[in-house]
Amino acid sequence: MIHKYKLSGYNVLLDVNSNGVHIVDDLTYDLLDNVAPPFEEKCPEGVLNKLSKLYDRTEVEECYAEIVELYKDQILFSEDDYEKYANTSVASPIKSMCLHVSHDCNLRCKYCFASTGDFGGGRMLMDLETGKKAIDFLLKMSAERKYLELDFFGGEPLMNYGVVKEIVAYAREEEKKVDKHIRFTMTTNGMLLTEEKMEFINDEMSNVVLSIDGRKEVNDRMRPRVDGSGSYDRIVENFKKFVPMRGDKDYYVRGTYTKYNLDFSEDVMHLYELGFDQISVEPVTADPKMPYAITDGDLPKIFKEYEILADKISKIRSEGKFINFFHFMLDLDAGPCAIKRLKGCGSGNEYVAVSPDGYIYPCHQFVGIDKFKMGNVNDGTFNYDMKNEFAHAHIYTKPDCIKCWAKFFCSGGCNANNYLYTGDIHTSYKLACEIQKKRLECAILLKALEKMDTAE
Amino acid sequence: MKHIKTINKADLKATAAKGGCGKCQASCQSACKTSCTVANQKCEKEA
Repeated sequence: MIHKYKLSGYNVLLDVNSNGVHIVDDLTYDLLDNVAPPFEEKCPEGVLNKLSKLYDRTEVEECYAEIVELYKDQILFSEDDYEKYANTSVASPIKSMCLHVSHDCNLRCKYCFASTGDFGGGRMLMDLETGKKAIDFLLKMSAERKYLELDFFGGEPLMNYGVVKEIVAYAREEEKKVDKHIRFTMTTNGMLLTEEKMEFINDEMSNVVLSIDGRKEVNDRMRPRVDGSGSYDRIVENFKKFVPMRGDKDYYVRGTYTKYNLDFSEDVMHLYELGFDQISVEPVTADPKMPYAITDGDLPKIFKEYEILADKISKIRSEGKFINFFHFMLDLDAGPCAIKRLKGCGSGNEYVAVSPDGYIYPCHQFVGIDKFKMGNVNDGTFNYDMKNEFAHAHIYTKPDCIKCWAKFFCSGGCNANNYLYTGDIHTSYKLACEIQKKRLECAILLKALEKMDTAE
Repeated sequence: MKHIKTINKADLKATAAKGGCGKCQASCQSACKTSCTVANQKCEKEA
């Protein structure tokens, strides 16, 4: 399977199964509309006659030979022989957890998939005992995995800061006993950050995700405080103080774009101009009936906006400056292995979420949906059948993914989005797929251009 | 090549045989939380 596209004056050719990326001339681009395996020794006469109306005949013959050579090298039209690996994920240990320490929030973000913090289940904070049991569950279920991940999530996790500190202290003691290490992270809106909390987070958290949508008017429209006033001024002040204190530890400022700011490249640039250079901005997850929801009619504008964003990022980098946009990150030579790419995000299999009352769900986006309760850390219950079902939700059990060129990049997409929009974790949510594919096209070209000088 | 410039090693197939150690980060734990991209994660297999 191949995928080819034109972007910013370049012809990009992806060989899906080898992950080979090629920049090709117009002749190759057009010739590939007319040839495919099995290849003949020489370019077929009919194709030659057709293409020679536009291109020199000898050039067409040369180009055909190059295509055949790459085919023989298995970096063009290479076979998909990964399905045999797909089932290896069934018995994966659980090594990542999203810990919902607070189903309460001090903001009232209008698009919040957690129903402004409580996930539809009433405002609630996790108690220390439940937090400890969640740590015990993770240490036990992670089997032989040494490096584990735990994200403090909410609602707003800093509304339960005392318990966060005690959970971390408990985990540090317990992990030693079994020779493991938990990498803590936190997703916070920043409203309650103080110097003392910043220092604690910097000591203990390998990454922090700092929520902000971009320009003041964009942020404050969707991210008001409980009293309706804006959050921008407070969080910008806090984040500008906090990020330099992170030193070489990771952080991301992370925003959501909606129908109200389809010019979101302006928000990415605004965040960059505020001094943040690790940025993630993503489309809203929302009921299509909501006025801010993204709909099919928005796609042309969104596609164009990603192109504009790619150009802006490219320009910044050409000036020798650093900026990282999460969804344009790709390592074309040493990214994740093929096995990881088959398995996707690992929700329900390697990754679970735990609610304040101890219920286990496949991921944070399933929290609050009763039928996806996998068990409870407080009573030791756990539904292995559901874990097994999620383990089998890989690209070869998702009909739309099998034939999609982007399958080894998005790895089957978001199971929660699939369920929320289509009612089935195996049925792709097409709108998200279209946005994902456009982001990937931009990301692949950005990376290709960086590597062009050293390419053969 | 004159018409085609190959940009990368294109060795995804080779990674299948020695991959699957499971040490890499869950993608939603980094900066995502709503929209899955796996290919931007780092391989963390120890050499």
